[in-house]
Amino acid sequence: MGANHDHDPHTAAPAHGRALRLGIGGPVGSGKTALTAALCRTLRDEFDLAVVTNDIYTTEDADFLRRNAVLPDDRITAVRTGCCPHTAIRDDISANLDAVEALEERHPGLDLIIVESGGDNLTALFSQGLADRQIFVLDVAGGDDVPRKGGLGVAAADLLVINKTDLAPMVGSDLDMMARDSSRVRNGRPVAFTSLREQPGAPEVADWVRSVLHEARHDNSHTARNHDHAAAS
Amino acid sequence: MDARLLLLADSRLPAGGHAHSGGLEPAVTAGAVTDVAGLADFLRGRLATSGLVAAALAAAACAHAHTGDQAWERLDAEADARTPSPAQRQASRAQGRSLLRAARTTWPHPALEALATAVREPHHPIVLGVSAAAGNGTPHQAATITAYGAITGPASAAVRLLGLDPLAVHRTLADLASGVDRIATEAAAAPDDWAALPAPSAPILDLYAELHMSADLRHFES
Repeated sequence: MGANHDHDPHTAAPAHGRALRLGIGGPVGSGKTALTAALCRTLRDEFDLAVVTNDIYTTEDADFLRRNAVLPDDRITAVRTGCCPHTAIRDDISANLDAVEALEERHPGLDLIIVESGGDNLTALFSQGLADRQIFVLDVAGGDDVPRKGGLGVAAADLLVINKTDLAPMVGSDLDMMARDSSRVRNGRPVAFTSLREQPGAPEVADWVRSVLHEARHDNSHTARNHDHAAAS
Repeated sequence: MDARLLLLADSRLPAGGHAHSGGLEPAVTAGAVTDVAGLADFLRGRLATSGLVAAALAAAACAHAHTGDQAWERLDAEADARTPSPAQRQASRAQGRSLLRAARTTWPHPALEALATAVREPHHPIVLGVSAAAGNGTPHQAATITAYGAITGPASAAVRLLGLDPLAVHRTLADLASGVDRIATEAAAAPDDWAALPAPSAPILDLYAELHMSADLRHFES
């Protein structure tokens, strides 16, 4: 442990490695809460899960998740963002860190904490101090030119989800163009086309989360082994 | 002035303040603040009551940190005694916890560690006073930063909630600056006996804070 360990502002990692923190961001109405609910339903039997929601002004999203009983109440926390959703995930992550740490204290052994951002614009990006990985959610009805416009969320998120593909024929969105434009700004990072109406479990996104969790666990055990070596030598 | 203290007074300090309105949101909801003039009255009242209490607690905490003594639980209890509303206590402790995290990272100091060990979630003015000490500040400077924050937080919330003209709001803040200096001087001159620290109350702010907790629509935590 380094000399600065005492000043580490974050909770010490539990022995198995602390929970992976997954940010889910995107514009209002793109389906962030529906995706969060889908991931909880699909993954809750495989992993120890909790959710933090960031609402612009109500506890609407947390209430939706509770009503749909995707997780027990004490695994869902809502934070308020003082009219600035992006501030709470980027410039001043205090309230979200407090919520994440409180969940970790209440449920030692959590594998995954999903932090769902309040609906925001295309420049929203999660701080590295809050999220280990992030998903940005767009929907086809928001305009098929959005991926071309880029923006930090579209370009830099670890996974870009383009949701509501079932609506594409009705709103005249060109999915091939969205795929091309996305890959152009994303340097090979993955894009998932989803329709939660047609596939309520969001299987492709769930698979991506599984692989990220697997990778994080591998990294943790690798780090632990290195520490053992260091201690032994 | 040590430039570290400017960081502490800066609203961009990532210490959770942006999600708190200092009672302004429930005042807006109640129709008590609708324009810049109403905001000025609100801020003047807040500065003279909870602003003075917070500034005096911060000055006391700063002085205590400089002595190296560690009676943090007792000083924190003095803050509790001056915060009758449970909702306000909760808001103060939440912001204290966030500021403590930011301060321990930004200005590592033994007094911050001692405070963190003694009190799990210290009140915000206590943490602010100790942070000022960690930045080499005097009790008077700690009181100034605290009194300043007591009006700038709600003012920024008013710009967001009511769409007030930010230039007009800053003119109001400038008009209140001499009031901030007066309150800070009064707070820093408070007696060494903690039980005798200023304790003016603002019952309507207490009431607003409680009502806010049960409101359906809340943009701000407090």
